[in-house]
Amino acid sequence: MALDMRASIGAENVGGTPPPRTSIRRRPGWLGPHVGRALAGAVGGYAFGHWVGNLIAAGYINVQGNGQNDVATVLGLSIGVVGWLAGAGMLDYPLARIVGREPLPPTPSKSWTRYFGPALDHKVIGLQYAVVVLLFFFTGGLLAMAIRTELLSPTSHVLGPGTYISVVGEHGTIMMMMASSIVIGPLGNWLVPLMIGSRRMAFPRVEAFSLWIFAAGYLVILTALPLGGFPTGWTGYAPLQTQAGAGMDAYLVGFAVIGIGMICAGFNLAVTIINYRAPGMSWGRVPIFVWSILATAALLTLATPTLVAAGLFGVLDRTAQTAFYVNEHGGSSYLWQNLFWFFGHPEVYIMALPGFGIVAEILPVFTRKPLFGYRVAAAGMIGVALLSFFVWQHHLFQSGINPDMRPLFMLTTELISIPTGFIFLVGLGTLWKSKIRYEVPMLFALGMFFNFLIGGISGVFLSDVPVDVTVHGSFFVLAHFHYTIMGGLVFAFFGGLYYWLPKMTGKTLSRRLGKWHFWTMFIFFNLTFFPLFFVGLLGQPRRVFEYAQNLQVWNDFSSVSAFCLGASFVIFVVNFVWSIFIDPRPAPPNPWHSLGLEWQTPTPVPPYNFTRIPVVLADPYHYSRTDPKPVADLGPRTLVLAGTVPPGTSEAVGTDVTGEEGSADPRPPIA
Amino acid sequence: MSPSEQTHHFRRLVAIWTALSVVADVVFYFAVGPHVPPGAMTTSASGQQTDFIVLFMIALPVMLAVWVYMAYALIVWRGSGAGADDPEGGAKARGHLGIQVGWIATTTVIVLGVFVYGTVELIVPAGAGGGEGPSPIWTPASHDVLPIQVIGQQWQFTYRYPTFGGFETRQLMLPVDTPIAFHVTSLDVIHSFWAYQLGVKADANPSSDNIAFTTAKQLGAFTVRCSELCGLWHGAMYNFGRVLPKAQFFAWAQSTERQNAANTKLLPAFSYTYVPDANGADGGYYPDNVDPYSNVEQYGATTPSGK
Repeated sequence: MALDMRASIGAENVGGTPPPRTSIRRRPGWLGPHVGRALAGAVGGYAFGHWVGNLIAAGYINVQGNGQNDVATVLGLSIGVVGWLAGAGMLDYPLARIVGREPLPPTPSKSWTRYFGPALDHKVIGLQYAVVVLLFFFTGGLLAMAIRTELLSPTSHVLGPGTYISVVGEHGTIMMMMASSIVIGPLGNWLVPLMIGSRRMAFPRVEAFSLWIFAAGYLVILTALPLGGFPTGWTGYAPLQTQAGAGMDAYLVGFAVIGIGMICAGFNLAVTIINYRAPGMSWGRVPIFVWSILATAALLTLATPTLVAAGLFGVLDRTAQTAFYVNEHGGSSYLWQNLFWFFGHPEVYIMALPGFGIVAEILPVFTRKPLFGYRVAAAGMIGVALLSFFVWQHHLFQSGINPDMRPLFMLTTELISIPTGFIFLVGLGTLWKSKIRYEVPMLFALGMFFNFLIGGISGVFLSDVPVDVTVHGSFFVLAHFHYTIMGGLVFAFFGGLYYWLPKMTGKTLSRRLGKWHFWTMFIFFNLTFFPLFFVGLLGQPRRVFEYAQNLQVWNDFSSVSAFCLGASFVIFVVNFVWSIFIDPRPAPPNPWHSLGLEWQTPTPVPPYNFTRIPVVLADPYHYSRTDPKPVADLGPRTLVLAGTVPPGTSEAVGTDVTGEEGSADPRPPIA
Repeated sequence: MSPSEQTHHFRRLVAIWTALSVVADVVFYFAVGPHVPPGAMTTSASGQQTDFIVLFMIALPVMLAVWVYMAYALIVWRGSGAGADDPEGGAKARGHLGIQVGWIATTTVIVLGVFVYGTVELIVPAGAGGGEGPSPIWTPASHDVLPIQVIGQQWQFTYRYPTFGGFETRQLMLPVDTPIAFHVTSLDVIHSFWAYQLGVKADANPSSDNIAFTTAKQLGAFTVRCSELCGLWHGAMYNFGRVLPKAQFFAWAQSTERQNAANTKLLPAFSYTYVPDANGADGGYYPDNVDPYSNVEQYGATTPSGK
């Protein structure tokens, strides 16, 4: 064999050395690592950290007389996260290695309980991510319903002012953090290895770690509410941040924690895509979704460290009495703004790019045409990722930055709309003289195009400095980013879910409920957010609970539509639960007749993905030929790898993992 | 697909698009144009209004192009059940250099054009009403500029007139046809001074002087709202102002200066930035009346009540 992979897949006694001593006794059942034990670890860790904080910083209070010790809160949350990770079994491997022992690998399990604990199979982790991400999304959605309830009346109030801005901040933070992981997690982790013909992700333990730390981050952000909430909105501007109550610590620690998860997920995906592509998968044959994930992974890895640093400075300001963001002591309130938006702008492209990738995958399947302008699409994604680092000051146009920066950032922001527009070129070109099948994933993809057009064009308005003077900080901005992120990414995500769930779960989702879901979501989404453009133009700022009387009609229309939009997700949940748990119908291996490599596997996909590593022969978009080339040879022979015999001849030695001719290794690749 | 079929679809699309774009642009310009926010009360507001109209008249054909194409495609090229899996498009459907280059060129030209126009619209009305920081580049042509300081604090805006002895009021009165420089600062956290009908928006940053220019052209009332989340009562942080004829404004200013003289003596000396005291964002950490940059630091602040 060209490469001896036996050691890396856990084949015992490679090389004949005695097996090393193992530590970490495997605990049975309930005492093993799982979400319940993680929760126990989190609670215990929080209590311990809080106690240590009170011990080492006794009597320290941020604001005179309020009895709030930020050191205790920060330490409690941080050690709580460590406790959560320990309970989930994330620390077993590093701890064992530190003391020089071999950790026991997790017992491969076939039962449904394996979804509640740490896993190394990227498909299990992908489904765990799907549940976690949907949980984030629905939590944020409920908070949005609370916001729209408050905004029903300009003068009578359902929530107090402090509660209201805390709810706004929670909604924003949970949605932004959810949206960063929404595609990377469930779809990226599940699909990328299958799409590139690999058996695994590059770093399976890091993949599990990033999932569990995302879940920890969600709990930390939620903890802000009982701690009193944070008053800054998701943007966290200093010095309001420095002045705020204990909930602010949850925000800062939550960002740091989620940031670490994002960095880990990012480099994991990037390394997998670069190094684990099957033989024959040149860069010109990589599916467009994988390109979008690669561009996103680059942004995740490179932009997020700035956020972690900015959050750390904020924590230090609030606990160690440093003055990074405090003007009076030589710091600057501009510093947080710049650091945050230096991360924040690539962050929104982290959210937009995977949406482009999903619709570019869906469109060819349901138009039976190849993707138009594949290279343009890939170049556009890389271009967007690169340019996204050069536009962040458009969030700061009126903040008093050096005035000659403004035309510069206006130029870069407007230039980024060119590669962003490539997805429309590719989509429209694919629709030309096609045969469109209106299945549910296709509907969501088309809805994404409609919404993102409005979102993107409104972005051009915002990038223009004079118009930005009118609309910055108003509901116009809000409508813009809801159209791009929710109208773009969330629609694409649901399209992707409907498209890939038959492969991921092996069950068919109801088509009728899916169409109901799409139409209600699409109509009510537009009815909710389109009026908000006008509300902003007419002078309503963001995050206010009182607004001009004459805007009440618009706000009420938007609120009622928002309630209906929330209800539309009930249809999805009903479809999901019914079709997967209550009355499941098995799905065929390739219900959409897609040419993608991930669809060439049986359903359910075996733990090791491919019996033999495929040799890729073509990109998955050859829909226009009557006899399309198979995208890969799934039963290749070794001599192909050695380069001496072309594929399809009769000489044979199998490339299966044991090196024996013609047999498939049924063991999972990571034992 | 034969070339004549291609041209046939293409010609139809162009025809529909042209007709709709012309109608939409004309209707927008005449019916909506005069009402586009923020109105034409000041030079900065009318500059922003014109800019918005121009951008929208460019955006409308762009959006219509995509919508017309999509609607056409979704109706004309829908596939039916039987044979829905048959291949389409032929080998040439993977890309077309001419279309790709054309698209990139067109979008680049539009974007660069919009950029040039936006920059001109930013520079000509002296910064378009946006905050330019402490060293503004684009200033009004005239040297006769009236400075007004806008002080944002949690949770109200107040205004000080340095040319009239530095008195402070909660109502913003402005003279018409006079270039005004708003010097926006904050005492605690970041606020944002948004005078809606004036077309002025400048962030109020503590220890920072953010200057925005405008010249009022019409008389009337206007609203001021805070447009940067600043804490609990951000939603209630608004007040009102008025543009007055010049003579009336000077009369008001001089009489207010006289009436407030005793109060003005009690205020801190006028300055373009202020360092917050124990009641500010630091919440009593820094003691009153001590320069935080001095060598002699006294930690252990006095409480706001001074005990």
